[in-house]
Amino acid sequence: MEFIYYFGNVFQPMSFLLLLVGTIGGLILGATPGLSPTMAVALLIPFTFHLEAAQGLILLGAAYTSTVAGGAVSAILLKIPGAPANIATTLDGHTMAKKGKGARALQLSFLASAVGGVFGVLLLIFLTPVLAKWALAFGPSHLFWLAIIGVTIIGSLDSASVVKGLLSGCIGLWLATIGFDDIMGAQRFIFHPALGGGINIIAALIGLFAIPQVLSMFAEGRKDANVEVIEVEKSSLANAIRELFSHTRALSIGTVTGSVIGLIPGVGGQIAGLVAYDQSRKFSPEREKFGTGHSEGVIAAESANNAMVGPSLVPLLTLSIPGSPTAAVLLGGLLIHGIFPGTDLFDNHPDVAWTFINSMLIGQILMCMFGLYIAGLAARVAQVPKSIMAAIVLGLAVFGSYSVQSSMGDVYVMATLGIMMYFLERFGFSAAPLVLGLILGPIAEANFIQGSMIANATDGMGAYFLGGNMNIFLIAIVVASIGYSVGMELRERTRNSTGGEAS
Amino acid sequence: MNLNRVQHSVSSGMVALIGLWVCWVSFTQQPSEAFLFPRMISTVFVLLALWTFAKAVLGWSKVGTGIYAKHFTNMLPGLLIALIYVFWAAKGLGFYTSTSMAFFILLSLYDPASHTEIRTWVKRLIITAVFMVVMYGLFAKLLKVYTPREIFF
Repeated sequence: MEFIYYFGNVFQPMSFLLLLVGTIGGLILGATPGLSPTMAVALLIPFTFHLEAAQGLILLGAAYTSTVAGGAVSAILLKIPGAPANIATTLDGHTMAKKGKGARALQLSFLASAVGGVFGVLLLIFLTPVLAKWALAFGPSHLFWLAIIGVTIIGSLDSASVVKGLLSGCIGLWLATIGFDDIMGAQRFIFHPALGGGINIIAALIGLFAIPQVLSMFAEGRKDANVEVIEVEKSSLANAIRELFSHTRALSIGTVTGSVIGLIPGVGGQIAGLVAYDQSRKFSPEREKFGTGHSEGVIAAESANNAMVGPSLVPLLTLSIPGSPTAAVLLGGLLIHGIFPGTDLFDNHPDVAWTFINSMLIGQILMCMFGLYIAGLAARVAQVPKSIMAAIVLGLAVFGSYSVQSSMGDVYVMATLGIMMYFLERFGFSAAPLVLGLILGPIAEANFIQGSMIANATDGMGAYFLGGNMNIFLIAIVVASIGYSVGMELRERTRNSTGGEAS
Repeated sequence: MNLNRVQHSVSSGMVALIGLWVCWVSFTQQPSEAFLFPRMISTVFVLLALWTFAKAVLGWSKVGTGIYAKHFTNMLPGLLIALIYVFWAAKGLGFYTSTSMAFFILLSLYDPASHTEIRTWVKRLIITAVFMVVMYGLFAKLLKVYTPREIFF
């Protein structure tokens, strides 16, 4: 119950102001199609550099929470999911809006998001200290394998092609080695003076997540937003609350499914929302109503995608494995303050850890309160032409990457990586494993070197890195995640070729 | 060989070349202790890259849409402006001057609104001015970041 001692920190004026700014800004950004939660959080990181660690994380956490929920606004009113996590919400949410129940769909969406989100953060509160203590027993070989797990799980599960996902992870691991070697002081892959200090993580995050979206918006050409916003009617909040709790089955399925999926690294909110929607339909006596504007569909999808937010941070805060691309960006936010997740975080910076986690709990409630009132405004923002969005994001990316170290080199790195990522994405490569490789690379290398020294003084590399129950268990996870994804890919290919032959 | 297959082959071939270069540097540079970890990852990198390249050449690459000519021609002016802005104008002209210019040009290039009405040009100028005021407030005043300032501002 240590977290209770730090509740007061969230209500300090500056912290609470940042929580409000992050929540309201996140809701508006989340409602804007084309601006993903990951990109929003990445663009915010430069602003946290000048804040205290806890305050910076409050801003990032609030933005993460509310961008996921804000995506429901455009999903319901415009039929355009603000983020992949809101795809399932469009199925019933937009139909409800077309039937004149837009306000009710929004109310249910924010209320269900808050219930799911609070449950997810409570899970984070109670699981994190237990796992962090367990992580104390880990030696360098285990930490090395954990870093590799982080890259391979995201690489294999988050990518359309397992090989390209793993290759993206390798590119990230290589990029992490650029610069001077920490132990020998040797130059590695420094082919431009700007790379002497290695690749700045914040500049890289901004480039990898923001620039491909800017170029995608350019690629669409002179295109009007061309979306019709459905006007929302007045609707009683009390009735919405009653309706929410009359669908406890959908709410429970969404909340539990989202929380469990959130705990698995690499499986994002999109999967959580779709699985919860599908399961709710299967267990519902009114399953034929799903897809026709049924409120259970909205409740299941939205409770699930916000329930996954808290648990997705459990592997990050305890084992340094970001559960999602956005969690990887949050890890970057921790590292720029010199804070490492795991035992260091909870033993040496408990105020930072618990203030951040508590702020996410309060943030869920604020998100629900403000979401209900600014949904209309957020939907208007979603109509802003992409030309304006692209120019704004480009400007923010340049200023943001420069502001971290006042270095033009960081701006060049940001732009180069961003342009490269745009073209790689066109050919099935993915930014998430590349970012994971870049962030986890130094952790993997430091523990590999430390482990090698221990191994050379003891039983040798093979026995040290491949022996022992924990090493075998961790290697099994790496193999299983790759094997599972390869199996799924082959099954999908067989199904497609059979379908192709049949047609 | 269709265009999509050529595109996949070229892109994965470039990744494979980078992988081979990384591998060569890792195994030839000294001190070897500093390149122990790069050697390990570059080996996996090259194997995966060559596998991807072979799949692309054989036409087995199915993931990724490739680049459509229309998308590329739409993107090209914006990309060129962005490159000039980032790699030359930001330092050469100063951040605020170059950002104002790049923002206004990009807005004008991609804005779906009419290019023949004065009203729409005035609107674009106002949006640019508002954006620059916000950027100045955020970075110069709030974060106290001293960005390069060359001509004008």
